[in-house]
Amino acid sequence: MEQSILTDIKNAAKKSLKARHNELADTHRQMDILNGGLFADGELPYFKDQIAKTGQFPLKPRKLEILQINVGYMCNQVCEHCHVDAGPDRKEIMTRDTMELCLEVIRNTGAHTLDLTGGAPEMNPDFRWFVEEASKAGIKDFIVRSNLTIILANKKYHDLPEFFKKHNVHVVSSMPHYTKGKTDKQRGDGVFDKSIQALQKLNEVGYGMPDSNLRLDLVYNPSGAFLPSDQSAMERDFKKALKADFGIEFHNLFAITNLPISRFLDYLIASDNYEDYMYALVEAYNPAAVENVMCTNTISVSWDGWLYDCDFNQMLDLKVASKVKHIKDYNEGLLNDRNIVISQHCYGCTAGAGSSCQGTVA
Amino acid sequence: MANSYYDPADLRKFGNITEWSEELGTKFFDYYGKVFEEGALSAREKSLIALAVAHVVKCPYCIDAYTKDGLQRGITKEEMMEAVHAGAAIESGATLVHGVMMMNKYNKLSM
Repeated sequence: MEQSILTDIKNAAKKSLKARHNELADTHRQMDILNGGLFADGELPYFKDQIAKTGQFPLKPRKLEILQINVGYMCNQVCEHCHVDAGPDRKEIMTRDTMELCLEVIRNTGAHTLDLTGGAPEMNPDFRWFVEEASKAGIKDFIVRSNLTIILANKKYHDLPEFFKKHNVHVVSSMPHYTKGKTDKQRGDGVFDKSIQALQKLNEVGYGMPDSNLRLDLVYNPSGAFLPSDQSAMERDFKKALKADFGIEFHNLFAITNLPISRFLDYLIASDNYEDYMYALVEAYNPAAVENVMCTNTISVSWDGWLYDCDFNQMLDLKVASKVKHIKDYNEGLLNDRNIVISQHCYGCTAGAGSSCQGTVA
Repeated sequence: MANSYYDPADLRKFGNITEWSEELGTKFFDYYGKVFEEGALSAREKSLIALAVAHVVKCPYCIDAYTKDGLQRGITKEEMMEAVHAGAAIESGATLVHGVMMMNKYNKLSM
């Protein structure tokens, strides 16, 4: 790719697509792209037809295990690959009223995992209140997806490691690579050094240590137009490098495939990688991954209380195909009877060993 | 026939060689797959060897495939370039060591 194009993408990425009035901020435009081109031409099969070959259409949920709540799209970072199109300019934030509705659901759900995400969830002004209340519900695994740099972004966040520890929160953090260059390229200048410091602070209070119950997992997603490789091999490399270079310990590495939506889709198109990437996803299609794809055990809740099959569908504004569409009407039994809404971006979760917010699935 | 000998899209069609000779094609791809599995050498190490050889045999398809494979495995660009130099050093050494042959011949023919 020419340097000038790279620079353009990099500069533009300092704001969200929405703030730039980029056409891809419109989810309809994204759906047109995902439904058109190679798929409309018949060069690649629609996801629906692909899963129908193995009798997996319509895709149905299994037992609900994970309730994932997006508390807002505001973030202190503007990562190039972000499927949320998050950033400091995003003002969509969950209110305390909506959080109350979520708490009601959390207290009564059959799900064993509560997964808070964003944006940077810690930037929601009611974040701490919500965590305190939610932690009383006795959910087995309480995850907060933290981008790490937030811990150092402002003095008011410096005590987050202690706060997480107090509420026995399972911290899951993004770390694109164990080298500075690759991390900063994807997530912004200075992100690597800050992430390292944040991980050290988490280690200091006991997170991620070999025998510690304070879980610290890292999320790896590729910094470019390629798929992740073997999760266990990557975990081995990350552990070796982070330990040797910085004395950092963590538990597991989740390898997540970038889905062709939002800012990653913008990058794929601008860098002329879109078609090759879609070919790569379809070629790596694995029916075994469809069995355990995360939408079959997850419900995703948006900042304004709407329900989705996953965080990606949320960003494409594809609400659940159920009578129940909003947290205020939440009914697990009815929701479990739905058909999962799919499109071509779903190939991102079924490539190779599969991909989910909990890493590989096959 | 395309206007150029090499078409990047042909890489995706590599598997099609099996259509015209199923037994040999299948044996080749089974062997190929087995070679690059984790073994006494890691799959990561073998990917770097493949990248170096790809440059020595000047195979554009292989360079395409193993640059991507390296990225997927988290191999850094510094590691990739060192592998290419290792291949290049052997290749240039292979040329230069023939200089001894030239010297031998020169000396034999000279008074």
